[in-house]
Amino acid sequence: MGEVIVITSGKGGVGKTTTTANVGTGLAMLGKKVVLIDTDIGLRNLDVVMGLENRIVYNLVDVVENNCRITQALIKDKRYPNLYLLPSAQTKDKTAVSPEQMKKLADELREEFDYILMDCPAGIEQGFKNAIAGADRALVVTTPEVSAVRDADRIIGLLEANEIHHTHLIVNRLRVDMVKSKNMMSSDDVVEILAVDLIGVVPDDENIVISTNNGEPLVGSECLAGQAYMNICNRLLGQEVPFLELDANKGFFQKIASIFKK
Amino acid sequence: MSFFSNFFKSSESSSDIAKNRLKVAITSDRAVCSPEIMEKMKNEIIQVISKYVDIDVEGLDIKVKQMELDDHSGPVNAVYANIPIKGSKNFRKSGV
Repeated sequence: MGEVIVITSGKGGVGKTTTTANVGTGLAMLGKKVVLIDTDIGLRNLDVVMGLENRIVYNLVDVVENNCRITQALIKDKRYPNLYLLPSAQTKDKTAVSPEQMKKLADELREEFDYILMDCPAGIEQGFKNAIAGADRALVVTTPEVSAVRDADRIIGLLEANEIHHTHLIVNRLRVDMVKSKNMMSSDDVVEILAVDLIGVVPDDENIVISTNNGEPLVGSECLAGQAYMNICNRLLGQEVPFLELDANKGFFQKIASIFKK
Repeated sequence: MSFFSNFFKSSESSSDIAKNRLKVAITSDRAVCSPEIMEKMKNEIIQVISKYVDIDVEGLDIKVKQMELDDHSGPVNAVYANIPIKGSKNFRKSGV
């Protein structure tokens, strides 16, 4: 029986879709059979981030309305044969699907897949309710900014109210230089405020922009963000992985400066 | 770099300011009860206090709000209740 994981945040633009793409791809690289579901009806994006936008025939709403079978709507990934995407509909709105329908769909996919990842839309309305309907656990993505952290707190409360008690936090786009100069909250600060278990810290990395441009998730690559995402995947599988030393690749001048600071 | 930032920096770093502001905002977000729960709480408070004194139910006001403590430790969230008492004759009951 597969596990249904919802990736959510409350605030938009903090990296839910990027996280879904990278965690999903990472789990597939580790040999799991994975399906990614874009639940953001009307604003679909997971397909472009995955580089699969040209292969869409049917979508989530078609499946729910029984216009096609689930297998017809699933798009096989370019690189990993055990990774699939169920794209969202672009022409409908969030009311085209109900939480009950999403739960039924998740339960059907559980039979076939190890992991079902729901990419949740921003906000706390119907789209959010749809995305969490069938979820066993949640990954809450936030950035170290006041607005994102506050929204994450609301989301954690709503998840608990909806009986999803297995929640982990991902602190995304952390800038180590700013944390050091005390101009950005650290992941410890965020964890202290939100009081949930941390499953990953992803540094702000320009490689993410490049990988999204190319439509190829960077999980597993040498860059820090690629390593951070792979660590999250291993932790999801139950392994104990130490958190990355994000300061490792600081520049030459900073290294010299840090010697003199002591 | 650090010389200049120290020069212009106020005593508290911006990350500390963010953290403290968030803590207050989030506790106040969490403390906001639904109108149904507030109504229920109000009714139960009326029941309990009415056992001892005669209160003016119409003038009763209960809300969750931010207040400053006397020790100046920063704002806290408190249940604020203003419960006017009607006459004083029923005070005798509480003296028994």
